[in-house]
Amino acid sequence: MRINKHPILDFNRGKKITFQYKGQEIKAYQGETIAAALYAAGIKVLKKSNKYQRPRGLFCAIGNCASCYMAVNGIPHVKTCITKVKQDMVVEEETGKGDIID
Amino acid sequence: MILLINTDLLVIGGGPAGMTAALKAAKKGAEVIIVERYHELGGQLIKQTHRFFGSKNEQAGTRGIDIAQGLTKEIQNMSEIKVLTEATAQGYYEDKIVTVSYQNKFRKIRAKRIIIATGASEKMMLFLNNDLPGVYGAGAIQTLMNLYGILPGKKVIMVGSGNIGLIVSYQLLQAGVEVKAVIEADSEIGGYLVHASKIRRIGVPIYTGYSVKSAIGESFVKGAEIIKLDRNWQMIAGTERFIKADTICLAVGLRPLVSLLIQADCAMAYVPELGGDVPIRDENLKTTNDQIFVAGDAAGIEEATAAMLEGEIAGLKAATEIGYLSKDAITESRRLKKELRKLRNGPISRNIRKGLSKVRGDDNVKKNRYSHLR
Ligand SMILES: Cc1cc2nc3c(=O)[nH]c(=O)nc-3n(C[C@H](O)[C@H](O)[C@H](O)COP(=O)(O)OP(=O)(O)OC[C@H]3O[C@@H](n4cnc5c(N)ncnc54)[C@H](O)[C@@H]3O)c2cc1C
Ligand code: FES
Repeated sequence: MRINKHPILDFNRGKKITFQYKGQEIKAYQGETIAAALYAAGIKVLKKSNKYQRPRGLFCAIGNCASCYMAVNGIPHVKTCITKVKQDMVVEEETGKGDIID
Repeated sequence: MILLINTDLLVIGGGPAGMTAALKAAKKGAEVIIVERYHELGGQLIKQTHRFFGSKNEQAGTRGIDIAQGLTKEIQNMSEIKVLTEATAQGYYEDKIVTVSYQNKFRKIRAKRIIIATGASEKMMLFLNNDLPGVYGAGAIQTLMNLYGILPGKKVIMVGSGNIGLIVSYQLLQAGVEVKAVIEADSEIGGYLVHASKIRRIGVPIYTGYSVKSAIGESFVKGAEIIKLDRNWQMIAGTERFIKADTICLAVGLRPLVSLLIQADCAMAYVPELGGDVPIRDENLKTTNDQIFVAGDAAGIEEATAAMLEGEIAGLKAATEIGYLSKDAITESRRLKKELRKLRNGPISRNIRKGLSKVRGDDNVKKNRYSHLR
């Protein structure tokens, strides 16, 4: 959910863009992180834990904890809380430990 | 081939401590690179929308975000400083090189001196289901809400009544979120009374002597079971109560982010008053590794004014050691240290003073407890 009116802050949101999440088109603003854009769209479970398949979401939002890893444009283990979203990016939930790419 | 960049001074972390360190050294003539993990400088300050309780003469009463913007501008105007954003320092190697992942590319940086100003990470807390989505660190909530204008949820349980818990509760209320309760394990509120009364006036209950027993929910938080604690912080069976909420916010303290310092074999000491493991250092913030200084929350959890002064002291000393000598360096350094001492003089800083007494001086040097992991 986005805040539209705030008593002391103005949000100068960037250009409207779209990206792909599990085949769905998601709206976002340029300058936002991937995780922030997914949150704004109501998607709060970002991955499953490896061993027990427990749901994982944002925890620290500053790149410290690895709770927000997702596969982005085929690259696994991207910290989506510190990676900016881009037009036509393809964001997927990660399966397993991710594959190493060349 | 992997690109190797040479520089006088490498500053790791672009929060208030890193920024003032870079500025000070650059003003003395040093060539500086700042690597910052995020896409802009400012560290914790860019989320602080409240007027600062800090005390730097002209900065008191200024909002954190404005301090960050001022320093960022100053840095942009200095040709001696090169800023790499979306650049995470990954490791420190025996040949004194730091590796950095910079916008998905791998880089090596060799610097004559390094200042580590990586700040802090949030502490986790033990309770059942604490890994459920919807359980966040207070910093994450601030990031979503104050930077991106996105609400984390509609009903929040705040855990921890220190200043951060109280301030973030108020910021949530400002953004239109319902704060169901503030939970505090201690028998007293931890933060300043001004902050506590602000949220109480709005009607938020503060439960002292309570903790979280479990988070409830399948794939997302639906509430929490809280429980009363006895004097020894043991849960009292039968006192559980359920609070409905979609967000549990943990504000139970910060821990210095010291992994790079440990890797660089700096001697460390466990000092609870400073938030956990911190490097042993001298009055110029030099660690036991001659190439490396520390500054800010990475040296011990404190506040922004102290972080900025530490940055300046370390930056000045590093520049001198690299060879940028200036006539006034000694008096300047003395003045900064005096200012820092004055800042830490009050009764609120008693704990900080106690903590600092444990990390100073060469007789105190302990072996790096993590050496065996390297
Ligand atoms: C909710 C809240 C309210 C606060 N209110 C106040 C207040 O009113 N007054 C006050 O004085 N203080 C306040 N503080 C404290 C103050 O914000 C911190 O003490 C201060 O920001 C510490 O500065 P720093 O530069 O050491 O660390 P930070 O500001 O945390 O900056 C560290 C930087 O390093 C970067 N980094 C970390 N690791 C790496 C790496 N490996 N590679 C590259 N970059 C890295 C991080 O991204 C970050 O930008 C508050 C803090 C919080 C959380
Ligand atoms: S949420 Fe912690 S690393 Fe992204």
